[in-house]
Amino acid sequence: MTAVLPERPVGGRLIDQFEYGLDAPICLTWELTYACNLACVHCLSSSGRRDPRELSTAEAERVIDELQRMQVFYVNVGGGEPTVRPDFWHLLDYAIGHDVGVKFSTNGVKLDKARAAQLARTDYVDVQISLDGATAEVNDRVRGAGSFATATRALENLAEAGMKDFKVSVVVTRENAGQLDAFKALTDSYGAQLRITRLRPSGRGADVWDTLHPTQAQQRDLYQWLLANGDDVLTGDSFFHLSAFGEALPGLNLCGAGRVVCLIDPVGDVYACPFAIHENFLAGNVRDEGGFQRVWQSSELFADLRSPQTGGACTKCAHFDACRGGCMAAKFFTGLPLDGPDPECVQGYGETALAARDAELIAPRSHLDHSHTGPVRGQPTLLGMPAVPPAVSTPTPPSRICDESPLAGLDLR
Amino acid sequence: MALPPGDAPDVVFDAALPWQRARSVALRPEPFGALVYHFGTRKLSFLKSKLLVGVVQTLAEHPSALAAIEAGGVPEAQRPAYVKALADLARSKMIEPREIA
Repeated sequence: MTAVLPERPVGGRLIDQFEYGLDAPICLTWELTYACNLACVHCLSSSGRRDPRELSTAEAERVIDELQRMQVFYVNVGGGEPTVRPDFWHLLDYAIGHDVGVKFSTNGVKLDKARAAQLARTDYVDVQISLDGATAEVNDRVRGAGSFATATRALENLAEAGMKDFKVSVVVTRENAGQLDAFKALTDSYGAQLRITRLRPSGRGADVWDTLHPTQAQQRDLYQWLLANGDDVLTGDSFFHLSAFGEALPGLNLCGAGRVVCLIDPVGDVYACPFAIHENFLAGNVRDEGGFQRVWQSSELFADLRSPQTGGACTKCAHFDACRGGCMAAKFFTGLPLDGPDPECVQGYGETALAARDAELIAPRSHLDHSHTGPVRGQPTLLGMPAVPPAVSTPTPPSRICDESPLAGLDLR
Repeated sequence: MALPPGDAPDVVFDAALPWQRARSVALRPEPFGALVYHFGTRKLSFLKSKLLVGVVQTLAEHPSALAAIEAGGVPEAQRPAYVKALADLARSKMIEPREIA
């Protein structure tokens, strides 16, 4: 179903223009692989094992050619762990050579001194090292034993190589929310910049969201901290739901899904946003005729998302203009209606809505799961046991396409 | 490697002088105007009207920024706003002074 497209107003606020979408995304996330050496408990893409249908080098180059034609000036590359793709460094150079700047997220596993020096010599590349605790104790519980050491070694290598403007990327959780100053100090000590983003109940994040999402009190502290430190700290505009505390936070206070943001996943599927890997938000595939451009500009899903937001129950709230109902993915994966409050609504409506959910309700889950099926080295200990997928009641789990891969279960470390 | 634009000395915008879109800046037309992106500073900015897009694109063809604004068909009453918009773009290094040949 395609909505009758409302007419775009002329002039006015940019945020209103963005609601109607753009000819090309501003912020495109491209996950190059589902393979990962880690098994973080909150992985938003349930990564672990490589998907055999992964885009080939030639296909990835064609996507880059297309992004260049569409003038997508930079992409956020992630995974999985993108650097475990053998052609990662080639694709990085290819993108930069085609006017597509790259910002990539990594756990640091491949950033030895030589790679750090190579990156320091390269223009138009940005690196983000993921770290979810300012201490090994807090970090390794969710990212796995040894992951703090890997990340800080990569940070040391980058600093030593003279790399400028690299980032430390933190997902704020109940366990690390009290470490914001410590994160800032740690980041400063490497001459890096701090980036903090919101925990989403996406992928394996759905399994730990109840345990790990910040409390209301922590959200308020985080909001105050952002107001005080916001100029020096990047957020990917991911905390716009906190704007309903009062003062708007800097950045785009709008759900950009399908409007200014989207995700290309490792097999070329295009989703409305990186936190929405679910069939309901699948707009098409870059392998389809017309490629990425056709998906972005003509998919029915994106056309629907580009209608001005009707906030449903939220429109009556005095803070609706500040938070615009919050994050679509957070609502969806907690089983809340998309036109109601965000589960972490700072006015408390989210908690009420969560409590009012039907006891029988099963929150939607992604159709994809690339989680490691066996234990990995350095298992996160948050769950007190290996982070294997939750037990299924059927004695034999349905076979997944990845299980047929000769590479399934391959240890990539 | 070019000098990062952030390290370049600040320029003061004078609309009576010749200007041009900075060499490391790309402009992407959009329904509301355009996106401008500086590959050096990795800063993104927005041109919120098509008239302004025309002015920025033709800066290099005119002896001064003011001349480009006039030639771009900007109504007289709006010209001060356009001068201010260009001053903002100069501050963020999206446009740069042009040497007169």
